[in-house]
Parts: sequence; structure tokens; C-alpha cells
Amino acid sequence: MDRDVVFIALFAALIIALGFIPPIMLPVGVPITAQTLGVMLCGTVLGAKRGALAVLLVLALVLVGLVPLSGGRTGIGLLASPTAGFLIGWPVAAFVTGLIVEQVRAISIVAIAIIASIVGGIIVLYVFGIAGLSKNLDKPVLEAATLVLVYIPGDIVKAIIAGFLTGALFKARPHSVLSRS
Amino acid sequence: MLYFDSPVVTHWHKVPVMWKFLTVCICSVTLFLLDAVQLQLVAFLTCCLLYLSAGPTFFYAGVKRLLFLWPIILIILIWHGLTGTALQGLGMTLRLVSIIALSNLMTMTSRLTDLLELVRRVFKPIRKLGINTRPIEIAVALVVRYTPVLIVKGGMLLEAWRARSVKRSHWRVAFPLCLVAIDDAERVAEALKARGGSHKLSDN
Repeated sequence: MDRDVVFIALFAALIIALGFIPPIMLPVGVPITAQTLGVMLCGTVLGAKRGALAVLLVLALVLVGLVPLSGGRTGIGLLASPTAGFLIGWPVAAFVTGLIVEQVRAISIVAIAIIASIVGGIIVLYVFGIAGLSKNLDKPVLEAATLVLVYIPGDIVKAIIAGFLTGALFKARPHSVLSRS
Repeated sequence: MLYFDSPVVTHWHKVPVMWKFLTVCICSVTLFLLDAVQLQLVAFLTCCLLYLSAGPTFFYAGVKRLLFLWPIILIILIWHGLTGTALQGLGMTLRLVSIIALSNLMTMTSRLTDLLELVRRVFKPIRKLGINTRPIEIAVALVVRYTPVLIVKGGMLLEAWRARSVKRSHWRVAFPLCLVAIDDAERVAEALKARGGSHKLSDN
């Protein structure tokens, strides 16, 4: 129990710390931050429940204004921003990602972590993100979807990085990858 | 710096954090219910006055904290302009800026200890239902304590990378940073266990 609490807290801190890594610029000029990589890692490393709780913890602290996301975004006002759907989708994304890694053990951890990150961290997350964008910008879902399509290549790169990172962590600290222990 | 502080002490610092939090919540919901651009403009100008009432230094610090919004504002205005709903886009932009400015006002004028106390007070009704909120309170304290530690360690990893390579590091520091987080987590968990577990820790 205590170990779980500490891992949840430290991974929540990790998500925030990853927001301070300078963004990578894609060739099309779209910046991608490491923060959603943290959300994927919460799922692949901590598993479904603990991963979702770590992300929920980050969200609660961000909304209260205790900690910032990348770019210094913080406070309850973020729920009014067009990207609010993505924030609401974070815990669900981490949960789905973790659930897939926990349940599918027939293939290598790297492969399943990549697949899980794509399903949870991209497909599930974008459902929430596009719905939020459509709601907050008062535009049809399809129009909202066209706005975020440009970020998908960057997120696929992040899912691949999350997969390899999970594999490397599993090799280095097998007992600490809670989704597989 | 984990949270964003005001460069000057203002009269807003004297307002209890719970009041500020509730006001931001009520104003955010109200602004969402209002559609008229004129009302959004009034709300935006009121926000400007709230900042200006604390002096120009505080006002500029507040504006600086809103600069991250410019790409989003640009997209909203261009998109709504192209689809012939420019006025709606303007109202949306004003609402977004007002709500974020209000929540920033709360963050900038509240001490870290006050914000932590706010978290404790939010949990109070849950505790009264007999649910143990102690693990959540410990997790909150750990996040607040360890986020700056991980940011510093991440910065050191970036520096170490720059010292060894001309290539840009970016995500390459993510692996050692994850290892640092995992190793720290194991150490903290052992320390917590050695002290009898989270339920044995005192409130202080």
C-alpha cells in the first residue's frame, strides 16, 4: 500500500518534471512535449489503477494551482481551454494503457507497451480531446478532429519512445515495473 | 520554482484561499453560461481591473503568465474568422483569457502552504464519510516535495548530455529521469515502511 502511494506520487512528479524538458519540433513545425509521454509511462509502468491515480493526482494538483503543466499552465481555468478534453482524458488514457500491458503478456513488453500507448495514449485520449475541443470551441466533431490530426505523428513517436523506455526500465528494474510484477 | 508566485505582495494575498478558489469556480461556470460577447468583454475588463488594482508590476506579471495562450488564441480567431463566426470566436477568446487570468490570480496570490491547506479542506467532507484520505494527503505532499527535485535532476541530466554531445538531448534524458524517479520511489517507500507506514506519520 505505502509503496503504491509513493510510486503514484513519484510518477505524478515525473509527469510534471517531464513538462520541463524542452519540446521537440516536428518537421511540420508542431512542437511535442514530453508530458503526454509521462501519461503513457504511468500506464505502462504502474499499470491501470495506479497509473490512472498518478495522472488524477497531477490533474487535481494542477487544477488547484499547486503545480504547473508544460508552458506554465495551471489552475482551474484550464478546464475552459480548448485542450480541456485532453486533460480529462489523461486518467482514462493511462488506465487503458496500463490495462493492456497488464492483461497481454504473450508478446514482448516493448511491443505491448507501444501498442498500449497507441490505443490508450492516442486513440482513447483523442476521443476525449476532440470531444472537448468540439465542445469548448462550439464546432462540429469532424472540424475539431482536423485541428488535432497534425499532432498524431508526434504522439506515435512518443508511444514508440514509451514502449522502448518501458522495456529498458523492465530490464534495469524488473520489480519496479508494477504493471508486470 | 514549483508554483508561480507574485513578484509583489498585494491586497489579494490577504483574501483566504478558499474564498478565492470558490470565486474562481463560480465565475468560471457563470462565464460558460454567458454567450453575449459584450458580457465577456465586461468580464475581461473586470479581470484587467482586478490585476491593475494591485499595481502595474502585478499586472505585467499577470500578462506574462498569460502569454502561453497566444497560439491557442490565434487558432481560435483564425478558425472562427474563416468559418464566418468571428464574433463567436472573439467571445470565446475573451472567456478563455478571463477564466485563466482569474485562476492565475488565485495561484499567484496564494502561498504554497495555503494551497496545501486548500487540498486538505477539500478532503474534509470525504474524511467525514469515514474514508481514509491520509494516503492521498501523503501523495500530495510527496509530489510537492519531489517535483522540484526531479526537475533539478532532469536539468542536471540535460547539462551532462550537453557536456558530452553536440546533438540535442530532448527525450534521451527521459530514461535516466525515469530511473531516478523509480529509485527515489523505492528509497522513499522503504523509509516510509521503516517509520511504521503512512498511517503512523503525524500530521506534521
